Amino acid sequence: MKAAVVVFPGSNCDRDLAVAFEQAGFDVSMVWHKDSVLPEGIDIVGVPGGFSYGDYLRCGAIAAQSPICQAVVEHANRGGYAMGVCNGFQILTETGVLPGALLRNAGLKYICRTVDLQVATADSVFTQGYAKGDVIGIPIAHHDGNYFADADTLAALKDQDRIAFTYGDNPNGSVDDIAGILSENRRVLGMMPHPERAADDGHGGTDGTAVFRALAGILAPA
Amino acid sequence: MKARVHVMLKNGVLDPQGEAVRHALGAMGFDKVEGVRQGKVIDLDLAAGATEADVTEMCEKLLANTVIESYSIEMK
Repeated sequence: MKAAVVVFPGSNCDRDLAVAFEQAGFDVSMVWHKDSVLPEGIDIVGVPGGFSYGDYLRCGAIAAQSPICQAVVEHANRGGYAMGVCNGFQILTETGVLPGALLRNAGLKYICRTVDLQVATADSVFTQGYAKGDVIGIPIAHHDGNYFADADTLAALKDQDRIAFTYGDNPNGSVDDIAGILSENRRVLGMMPHPERAADDGHGGTDGTAVFRALAGILAPA
Repeated sequence: MKARVHVMLKNGVLDPQGEAVRHALGAMGFDKVEGVRQGKVIDLDLAAGATEADVTEMCEKLLANTVIESYSIEMK
């Protein structure tokens, strides 16, 4: 199995995401933002957290226009798998691959702590390792994680069972406690919490490991 | 040629920064403030021949996120 992790100027979770993929059994290649093509034969592309381009203009706005993001959009449009974590989620919404947007936290503070997430659907390659309703502890670290979508988009997310994770105790004002969502074809995940920061005993928790293990199990060649 | 772009959160989208400013003004005794919305101003220096349509395209593609923001353009 092969994964690619995109690196932007200002990414700071790229290595963590790569290690989480590697520990699940992926061969990982890092892809620079100026590259215009993804490596051949990859099974999934990860868009990591951080502060791409210094969060200038809006979080993720400038990264979304980078050459590699055009390739990520094409990959997703072809039905390829992708996951965006934190700034990666912001970037995927800015590209339009995922609906909605991430606003400034309602409390205006940067929040960095482990929160309880509820698994809202187990029906995806990303969440199949959990049961619906499981409560897992995953770190968040963001200033702009307040998920917003208009009423029609929210209705579609609910009707199509595309809300992947919700917060137990909403830390940032996200509408309907949404912490992560899936694309319509369920092959793209965006989430503000960091499963790659709960993927090793040294992290103080391993509740995120199931995301990567499930991906590895499902994407493995038969 | 210059253009000034105003970008604001759409009506109905909570503006926590504007709310914080409103609270601060209230705490300072400015009791006639009923609402605050905070936005951005972006000034563009444009080459001759640039049109408002060009700036509109810039707004749609980069300067504003039309999921949450509205924009207006002043050509000068």
